[in-house]
Amino acid sequence: MEQTDQESTPTTRQTAGLRWGRIFAWIAVIGILIILAVGLLRSQQGSVNVGQKIPDFALTTFDGQNIRSADLRGKVLVINFWASWCKPCEQEAADLEAAWRFYQGRGDVVFLGVNYVDTEPEARAYLQKFEITYPNGPDLGTRISQAFRIRGVPETYIVDQQGILQFVQIGPFRSLTQIKAVIDPLLQP
Amino acid sequence: MKAYPSFLLALSLGLAVSLVILARSDLAFAQTPDPRTISDDQVNAIAKHLYCPVCENVPLDVCGTQACEQWRQVIRQKLAEGWNEAQIRQYFVDQYGDRVLATPPPRGINWLAYLVPPIAILAGVWILIQAFRSWKRPLPASSSLPQPEQLPSEVLKRIEEELKKQ
Repeated sequence: MEQTDQESTPTTRQTAGLRWGRIFAWIAVIGILIILAVGLLRSQQGSVNVGQKIPDFALTTFDGQNIRSADLRGKVLVINFWASWCKPCEQEAADLEAAWRFYQGRGDVVFLGVNYVDTEPEARAYLQKFEITYPNGPDLGTRISQAFRIRGVPETYIVDQQGILQFVQIGPFRSLTQIKAVIDPLLQP
Repeated sequence: MKAYPSFLLALSLGLAVSLVILARSDLAFAQTPDPRTISDDQVNAIAKHLYCPVCENVPLDVCGTQACEQWRQVIRQKLAEGWNEAQIRQYFVDQYGDRVLATPPPRGINWLAYLVPPIAILAGVWILIQAFRSWKRPLPASSSLPQPEQLPSEVLKRIEEELKKQ
């Protein structure tokens, strides 16, 4: 009997070891697959859709002003993502500034420029070149653009008084009239 | 004779003022970094470890877009100001996030990128070793397999008939 025990013990141990090894391997494989699936789902989510609440964000402007999107509820919010290296952004810069100047007096429309993956001297030079006066700031850590999951620049998000996204412009606006046509219906008479 | 000492005094004062102005301008010149003194190789040594989010998967040192060119200028400027590589990399992380780095910083879920590959390799090696061991081990004389003499005579007869047919 003793001999049989001595012979069977290493085999039993090896079998148990293999079994635990397999279990561990399966757990590891399943874990990695779950992580991959979550990552894929996130990347497939796409940008914030019309009708959805926009993510809250904070923007520190080039002038050092801190703006929190949550504090702007009750106003129509125009969020423009841009960069100094982006040529299409230049096409709409003057129209956006003209729209801002048009609505500025009312006080119920806020324009925010979010400077995406840019360098500060060039960004400042761009603002100066196009005489942009509405608040603009860098997207530090690309946190805002990631929250909105933008696909590129320029992109403009127009949000109503309740913080619900009402319109997305991918690419530049073509004219001041086009910008006003989106904002006007959102304003209370 | 009286004019001579006053002339000397005026000259000395003028020289002193000029020296002060020159010294200050030298100081100012020394404090203003000149990015032209930084070579492309120095810039690229840092740029090759950075990735611009606009041009994904293209290292900054070989990326040809205007955005990347601006980034390289920033590196050049920072080097001229005396920043070291770690400081410049941290500046880019602060400005544009972790995704500008070629390798993820070891924190949070990023640890998986560092831990999973070696663990997977070790697990694979262990599985291989176990498999080789089991292949090398001689098959145990199984008592479950019937020996020819243990087979019933009619079964043996049938096997022989089948063999003859072939």
